[in-house]
Amino acid sequence: MMHFKGKIWKFNDNIDTDAIIAARYLNTSDPQVLASHLMEDIAPDFVKKIGAGDIIVAGENFGCGSSREHAPIAIKEAGIACVVAKSYARIFYRNSFNMGLPIFESKDLWDIVDNGAMIEVNGDEGCINILGGRTLPIEPIPPFMQELILDGGLMKHLAKKKKG
Amino acid sequence: MGMTITEKILCAHTDLKEVHPGMLINARVDIALGNDITAPIAIKEFKKAGGQRVFDKDKVVLIPDHFAPNKDISAAEQCKMMKEFAVEQKITHYYEVGECGIEHALLPEQGIVVPGDVVIGADSHTCTYGALGAFATGSGSTDLAAAMLSGEAWFKVPESMKIVFSGRLNHWVSGKDLILYLIGLIGVDGALYKALEFTGDTVKDLTMADRLTICNMAIEAGAKNGIFAPDDLTAQYIKSRAKRKYKFYQSDADAVYTKIIDIDVSKIEPQVSFPHLPSNTMGISRVGNVKIDQAVIGSCTNGRIEDLRAAAAVLKNRKVAPFVRLIIIPATPEIYRMAMKEGLFDIFLDAKAVISTPTCGPCLGGYMGILADGERCVSTTNRNFIGRMGHTGSEVYLASPVIAAASAVLGRIAGPDELPKIK
Ligand code: SF4
Repeated sequence: MMHFKGKIWKFNDNIDTDAIIAARYLNTSDPQVLASHLMEDIAPDFVKKIGAGDIIVAGENFGCGSSREHAPIAIKEAGIACVVAKSYARIFYRNSFNMGLPIFESKDLWDIVDNGAMIEVNGDEGCINILGGRTLPIEPIPPFMQELILDGGLMKHLAKKKKG
Repeated sequence: MGMTITEKILCAHTDLKEVHPGMLINARVDIALGNDITAPIAIKEFKKAGGQRVFDKDKVVLIPDHFAPNKDISAAEQCKMMKEFAVEQKITHYYEVGECGIEHALLPEQGIVVPGDVVIGADSHTCTYGALGAFATGSGSTDLAAAMLSGEAWFKVPESMKIVFSGRLNHWVSGKDLILYLIGLIGVDGALYKALEFTGDTVKDLTMADRLTICNMAIEAGAKNGIFAPDDLTAQYIKSRAKRKYKFYQSDADAVYTKIIDIDVSKIEPQVSFPHLPSNTMGISRVGNVKIDQAVIGSCTNGRIEDLRAAAAVLKNRKVAPFVRLIIIPATPEIYRMAMKEGLFDIFLDAKAVISTPTCGPCLGGYMGILADGERCVSTTNRNFIGRMGHTGSEVYLASPVIAAASAVLGRIAGPDELPKIK
């Protein structure tokens, strides 16, 4: 189920939550409005260029800064299928699973892949396949977190568990 | 295999016999905390998921501190929503203006968090409570909503990193300087995902205020939590405050650490973090001539009575430099009253400082001291990101209360030793 194929968009190290969604848009929690401003300050027109199912590939410490959940919400709502970064800031990491956004860690992908390349992320088998190129191993997402994502996030997961 | 204090506390909140780094666990939480920015989103999520009653009205804590007393209409709406939820759910620990203070100063002071707790807070500086020997970490609003509903939170058990402080503290050096120094050393992601455990023989010389300050800024190194093992000082501190039973945990001798960093504190002088990252630190002797427009003494990092006393000792019989604003914000009403009774307010007012009601205020660029384009502020708060205290063209320099006080008097960033002697 954790299987994504898409075009990649590369970002550098330390992309903070302000870059992902600027503080001036925090007066709303409407996912569509948030998505329309994704990465606005560092990559204008990003939302216009991306297509559904595209993948963000980033460097170290992606999502550092505040605890705002608006960041993973905006990424997910914009149609990004998943994120593959070298590492994540930890509250962003939690928030992503809680929001149902799949994220993966790979120390090597960023360095060997070009912007715009097509990749296939196979979370079940734990590998990334660069189309026409190498295959890299990734840590598979632990079953509990897969469940969170498949249920559509933490609250939906809890609701489902409650119904039992 | 032995466990660290962080692993032991987490383990004790599950039905497992052992936990180890990397394991995903569901843990019972003793306190789930929200504030006027993050609680409203959590309340909406809670209702959306069909939540009727919070899991325990004594364990959900709601604190209006960021924009309260209400800064503007939208702040008022947020606070109103939180208050109505508190009334509806009969929340024990909701504090209205007048008894409310900055969350991370108020909760330890009032004994709402105790040693051995697992605490999650929809605020990144929840890690402050590690000073008491609790596991406390920041989360998002959805985590808070889920905890309010189920009384549990999921965690990936963090690896631990040990910081060993040894040697004697130099004059004017406090907990703030140690943590700024450490962040300068390891960087803003130096402890990413990890538990930062603070040990060493210097610890016995650190006050609870110092320890709270140190744990408060663990997040600025990317850490999941910061923690001190409880000792006699902790016992003394908690005895008269604790609202609940508590338990002291210690790391096993054979506990595993990914990294151990030894720091000889006798080599550390007062530190200043330059814009725009907390890791841009240098010793006060290397700062040079940095003129300031404002100084702020307050926040969950350094707004405690010890901080105000330290500032007052520097400000006594001195005056703030012309054209410089010194804003002093006691973090809680109890601190406010103590400062008043001890005569600190006279010292501050004589020095021409302004004293604010307890609030986060300028720390996050909220209100009560916002900076204009090009203005510089030396502040005892914890973040100096671009635009943190106002205009994106303004600058924040992080330091301890004595540095902030001395800087206010001299109109440039300076240590107390640079002040002219009072005759
Ligand atoms: S004082 Fe500053 S850092 Fe502390 S809780 Fe308030 S806004 Fe956050």
